[in-house]
Amino acid sequence: MANALIKADSFYELYERKSGIQDVTHYCPGCGHGVLHKLIAEAIDDFGIRERTILISPVGCSVFAYYYFRVGNIQAAHGRAPAVSTGIKRVHPESIVISYQGDGDLAAIGGNHIIQAANRGENITVFFVNNAIYGMTGGQMAPTTLAGQKTTTSPYGRNVNSEGYPLKVCELLSSLEAPVYIERVALTDPKNTTKVRRAVRKALQNQIDNKGFSLVEVLSVCPSNWKMTPVQSKQWLVDNMIPQFPLGVFRDKTAEIPNRETIRNTFDQSGVREKLEIPANEKQVQYSLQPKMDFANPKLVIAGFGGQGVLILGLGIAQAAMQAGYNVSWLPSYGPEMRGGTANCNVNISRERVGSPLVTKPTVLIAMNLPSLEKFDSKVEANGLIIYDTSLINKQPTRQDVHVLGIPATQMADELGNTRIANMVILGAFIAYTAVLNKEVVFDALPNFIKRKNLLPLNESAIIRGMEYVLNKVTN
Amino acid sequence: MAKQLIKGNEAIVKGAILAGCRFYFGYPITPASEIAEAAAFYLPVVGGTFIQAESESAAINMLYGAASGGVRAMTASSSPGMSLKQEGISYAAGSELPMVIVDVMRGGPGLGNIAPAQADYNQMVKGGGHGGYKMVVLAPNSAQEMCDLTMLAFDVADKYRNPAVILADGFVGQMMEPVEFPEPVMELPKKEWAIQADAQDEFRLVSSIDLEPEELEKHNVHLQQKYAAMEANHVMFEDYQTEDAELVVIGYGVVSRILHSVVDELRGKGVKIGLMRPISLWPFPKNHIIELAARIKRFFVVELSDGQMVDDVRLAVNGKIPVQFYGRYGGVVPSPDEIIAQIMKKNEA
Ligand SMILES: Cc1ncc(C[n+]2csc(CCOP(=O)(O)OP(=O)(O)O)c2C)c(N)n1
Ligand code: SF4
Ligand SMILES: [Mg+2]
Repeated sequence: MANALIKADSFYELYERKSGIQDVTHYCPGCGHGVLHKLIAEAIDDFGIRERTILISPVGCSVFAYYYFRVGNIQAAHGRAPAVSTGIKRVHPESIVISYQGDGDLAAIGGNHIIQAANRGENITVFFVNNAIYGMTGGQMAPTTLAGQKTTTSPYGRNVNSEGYPLKVCELLSSLEAPVYIERVALTDPKNTTKVRRAVRKALQNQIDNKGFSLVEVLSVCPSNWKMTPVQSKQWLVDNMIPQFPLGVFRDKTAEIPNRETIRNTFDQSGVREKLEIPANEKQVQYSLQPKMDFANPKLVIAGFGGQGVLILGLGIAQAAMQAGYNVSWLPSYGPEMRGGTANCNVNISRERVGSPLVTKPTVLIAMNLPSLEKFDSKVEANGLIIYDTSLINKQPTRQDVHVLGIPATQMADELGNTRIANMVILGAFIAYTAVLNKEVVFDALPNFIKRKNLLPLNESAIIRGMEYVLNKVTN
Repeated sequence: MAKQLIKGNEAIVKGAILAGCRFYFGYPITPASEIAEAAAFYLPVVGGTFIQAESESAAINMLYGAASGGVRAMTASSSPGMSLKQEGISYAAGSELPMVIVDVMRGGPGLGNIAPAQADYNQMVKGGGHGGYKMVVLAPNSAQEMCDLTMLAFDVADKYRNPAVILADGFVGQMMEPVEFPEPVMELPKKEWAIQADAQDEFRLVSSIDLEPEELEKHNVHLQQKYAAMEANHVMFEDYQTEDAELVVIGYGVVSRILHSVVDELRGKGVKIGLMRPISLWPFPKNHIIELAARIKRFFVVELSDGQMVDDVRLAVNGKIPVQFYGRYGGVVPSPDEIIAQIMKKNEA
C-alpha cells in the first residue's frame, strides 16, 4: 500500500507538543498503541470528521495521544475518560468523542465509569487497548493480566485464587441493554489488523449516526514490559491472550437502531425567569398590621408529628409574613429527625434583619403533639405564647409566665371534613391572637404555599374557623 | 422586585441558571440534594442538561469535560462527596478549567451526620486535592447570597479560568428566605481556548500534564500569578457594629447569623462588640483583620469545627492581640446564649 507511508491528515505534521525528537512517537518499537493510532487517524480522515473530533487521552502509555492527533484534545485523570467524554459530548453533541483507554485505566480504576457510560448509552466511541499489563508504570499487574502471568506486582505469576481471573470487558459490557456495538479484535497479522480497521470505522460511524455507545477492545502487545521482541510478543498474544480473550462481536445493534439527527445545544436566556418560576414584579401590597405588644418580631417554633403539616404551617406563616413586608426565615428539621416521626421548623418574622435562623428561645411555640409541648415548653420566652392542640394534647403547659392558647384544632379540622387541615386552623388562631398577620395577607399568600388549588377553599375555611375560635374565646 | 421564599439550595440553582449555567453533574447527598433535584427539574426546561453521575468522582470529571467545552457548568455535594471530588478539582485547577463547585457541609469526619458543620474549611480553602492550587471560596450566609454568590462564582471562574467554590453549611442550604433574583446574564464570555468541535480545535488542548519540570514550573508560576490577581481583587467581608468595637467576633456562614444575634443582644447590654464576617474564605480578608487588630482588644472566632479558619485569623493577627476560639462540632450548632456565655467566660480569664 503506497499510502501507508503518508502520514494521516489527522496526525499533526510535527509533534510539537512532544519534547525531544518531534517526528517519531514516544511509543516503544512494536507497540500496539502506535498502530491503533494510525488506524484511527486514517478513519477520521476518511470520514472527514477531523475538525469535530475530540480525543480524550487517558492515563497510561497513551497519555500523550494528544501529541499526535490533530483534533480537539482533552487529557483526563486516570480512569475518568468515560466521564470526561460524557461531559464534553453532552456539551457538543455534534462532536465525535473518542475515549481512548488502557486496561488499567478502563477496567481497574475506571471500571465503574465505563460500565455507567455504556449503560447510559453515551453516544461516544471507546477504544480499549488491552495489553494485559500496566505499560506506563513499568509492567505491573492489570485486571486483564492472564492467570499465571508474571508481572512486577505478580512476580510469582497471577494467582487466580487471590487475584482473580482476567477481566473480560466485552463480555461484561455486553450484558447491558444500551450499548450498540461491542467487538474484540487483535493487532496481530494483516488479517486481524484488517478486522481492527473495520471495527474502528464501524465504532466511529455509529457515533456519526448518533446510534449510541460503541466499544472496541483491541488486544495489543507491550514488548517492553512483556520483555520480548515485537515478533515474540505477537506470537505470545496469539498463543496466550486470544484463548483467554476470544475475538469477535459481542453486541451489534447497528442495523436495528435508526440513525438519529444531531441536535446542537443553543444558549438562550429569553424567558428564563418565567421558566424558573420566579415571581413577576408586582406592586407590593400594603397591609395594615398592628401586632400585639409581645409579638412585634416573633420567633416561632412549630412542632408535631410528621404528616401534621407543621412544615407547611411554618412555610405559610413565613410566606405571608414576607408578603406583608417582614424579613423572614424558615428552617426545617431535616433528615433522620424527621424519620423518627417528628418534625419541627423555626420561623423568624422581623422588621429588623434576621439574625440566627435557628430559634432557641421562641416567642411563639406551636405544639401539635405532646412530645413537642414537653420538649419546647420550657424554652419559650417570658410573655411569649404557647398554642397547642387540645384535641391531641391532654396536658396543660406548665408555664405561668406566658400566654397559653389551647385550641381543639384537630377536632375542628375533622368537623371540616379533613384532619390534615388542623394546621390551618392553628394558622387562623395564630394570626387572630397575635395580629402579626391578618386574613387578607394570609389569603393572598395561600396560593403560594398550597400547591393544590382545589384545596384552597378548605384551607380558607379552616383559617377562618381558627380565627373565630380565638375571637369568640377572647370576647366570651 | 418581587421576592420569592426559597431554600438556599434551590436559590443556588436558579442563580446558576440566571448566570448562564446549563450543565449540572451530581450525585445525591443530604443536605445538598435539593441542588441536584432543582437542577434536574429546571435545566431541561431551559435547554440544559442534568446528569446524575455514578459518583462524585464521575460528576467532577463530567464537569471537567463540560468545562473543557467552554460552557458554564457546575456540581454540588456535601462533605463526603467533596472528598471524592478532590482529584478532579486538582485536575481542573491544573488544566485551568472554570467551573463552580458547591459544598453544603455536614458533620464529619467519615460518614458523620447530615447536620450543619464547617469542618471542610481546610479541605476546600487550602486545596484538598494534590499539587498546590488556589480557588476563590465564597461563604454565603443567606438564601439571597446562595444565589448572588453563585452568580459571582461563575464570573470569577471564567475570569481566571479556575474553579470557584461555594462553601455553605446545612442550615444555609436548608433554610428558606426571601430572595430577589437578579436579571439573567444574557451574554456569556467568549472562550477561545475551549474545545468547540471546530477547525481551531487542533490548536487547543486541555491538559494538566507536563513531564518537563522546568516547563511545569513555568505553568505553576503562571497559576501563582493568577492566584495573586484573585487575591488582590476578590476579598469580600462584611462588618457589623465594628466602628467602636473593642471585641470583634468572627464567623462565616450560618455562624455569622448567630453571631449577629449575639452582637445585638450584647450591644443591648452595653458591650462594645462587633462582627466581622468573611464572605471570601479565600482570598481571606487578612488585611482587614490586621486593621481591626490595631484598634480592638480581642477577637473571638466561632466555627462549627475544631477550629480551622481561626488559624488564618491568627496568622493575620500575628500575636498582636488575643484570638479566642469557640467551636462546636459533629453538627451541633451553638445558640446565641451559649456563645455569649463563652465570650463572657473568656473575658474573665
Ligand atoms: C490516580 C492514579 N493512580 C495511579 C497512577 C499511576 N499510573 C499511571 S499509568 C498507570 C497504569 C496504566 O496502565 P494501562 O491503563 O493498562 O495503560 P498502558 O500504559 O498499559 O497503555 C498507572 C497505575 C496515576 N497516574 N493516577
Ligand atoms: S510500555 Fe508497552 S504499552 Fe507502553 S509504549 Fe512501550 S510497548 Fe507500548
Ligand atoms: Mg495496559
